[in-house]
Amino acid sequence: MSYEISRNIIKNELVEKIEELSGQNVFDCYQCGTCSAGCPVVEYMDIMPNQVMRLAQFGATEDLINSETIWICSACLQCSTRCPKGIEVAKVMEALRSINLRKRIGTLDPNKIEAEELQDLPPIALVGAFRKLTG
Amino acid sequence: MNLPYYPGCTLKANAENFEDSAIKVMEILDYQLIEMKDWVCCGTVFSMTTDDLMLQLASIRNLLRAEEQNLNELVVLCSMCYNTLQRAKQFITEDEENLNKVNDLMYKENIRYQGTVDIIHLLTVLKDRITFDKIKEKVKKPLSSLKIGGYYGCLLVRPQEFAIDDFEDPSIIEDLFSSLGAESIAFPYRLECCGAYQTITKKDVTIKRTYEIINSARRAGCEAIVTSCPLCAFNLDQRQKETAEEFIEFEKMPVFYFTELMSVALGGGWDKKWSKLHYVDPQPILKEKGLL
Ligand code: SF4
Ligand code: SF4
Ligand code: SF4
Ligand code: SF4
Repeated sequence: MSYEISRNIIKNELVEKIEELSGQNVFDCYQCGTCSAGCPVVEYMDIMPNQVMRLAQFGATEDLINSETIWICSACLQCSTRCPKGIEVAKVMEALRSINLRKRIGTLDPNKIEAEELQDLPPIALVGAFRKLTG
Repeated sequence: MNLPYYPGCTLKANAENFEDSAIKVMEILDYQLIEMKDWVCCGTVFSMTTDDLMLQLASIRNLLRAEEQNLNELVVLCSMCYNTLQRAKQFITEDEENLNKVNDLMYKENIRYQGTVDIIHLLTVLKDRITFDKIKEKVKKPLSSLKIGGYYGCLLVRPQEFAIDDFEDPSIIEDLFSSLGAESIAFPYRLECCGAYQTITKKDVTIKRTYEIINSARRAGCEAIVTSCPLCAFNLDQRQKETAEEFIEFEKMPVFYFTELMSVALGGGWDKKWSKLHYVDPQPILKEKGLL
């Protein structure tokens, strides 16, 4: 992967949006990798949590918003509790999901859940998934 | 003594065994769990964005109902309800602007929400109010030689401010089961997420999580797992079906709500209808240990 780094890209509006929605300063991150080391689903992500933070610092917001990672994160808060800089990485993930969801982009279409599957799924799974993944 | 409680929707559906056994156990311990009136789903997951107050309304409306009913506290059984209610309350009440806005959104309500209701997890009631020593005295059928792994998952221990015990090294479930006569084993993956709601869109991820968590428990010597979250229970128990299909050497393990085994130990017995809500049959291990 290669990125152009320039003042224009770094000062992009979406970074500000991410910071506003998450309440986190993405420039606090010093890339120790603790968040990625503890993430239980990191092996399925295309961009690891610490890379999410780094790309946000570079202003590479398109890559983040279109990443698979944000839809794999299960909001378990492991990264947030362990970050030595006190950054709530889970909130950054949530901000990135929300930017998509508010444009009605999500990964779960309730109509597409198979009837057989629907029968077994508890409300707690359905409500949780609709709130986090349905645009 | 009466304790008002908030059941949440899954306890009225797939996790009836959780509610049922909790009520039974509390009766044995001389407490009545009284269901609050007019509750709705809490929304399950806490919304972490700073600006969207609408997403907090489901939780806040329940707390407002409780205030209306003059309740000072609500006991919660489901880990996710516990977490979501706590965090919604904190988010709304620690900021006066948020509090005012939320109340303006709920302008049709008869009272304004203030944030006076405490939210307590049942495990905390057992530990702090009833105490494990008292529980120990009431044991009729010690869970002797049953090797139990307490699974905390995420939301009983994270975020740290709402952890029901030490957030990195809790022992509340282990201590409870030791007092019931079981052999408690703190297995390595007990605080690792099960994949939660990803069970719908990323089933393969949750299957692998289940595989790893159950194997971690098995390697540590556990014979059964206990949980307090219906979503953990769904992923760790029901998803063992797919896990066994995916990994041929996988050995299944029964998963209980902590209250089900408490009922067995405290003389409330095992209700046959609970078995139907389990995927891995819980009865063989109970029979083997002479508990059924
Ligand atoms: S743990 Fe914190 S400081 Fe370390 S890489 Fe992750 S976000 Fe950055
Ligand atoms: S909250 Fe998301 S990114 Fe953070 S550790 Fe959990 S799954 Fe990984
Ligand atoms: S967290 Fe689950 S059980 Fe609790 S109210 Fe919400 S959906 Fe229902
Ligand atoms: S382990 Fe899974 S279901 Fe349980 S509390 Fe964590 S995310 Fe929720």
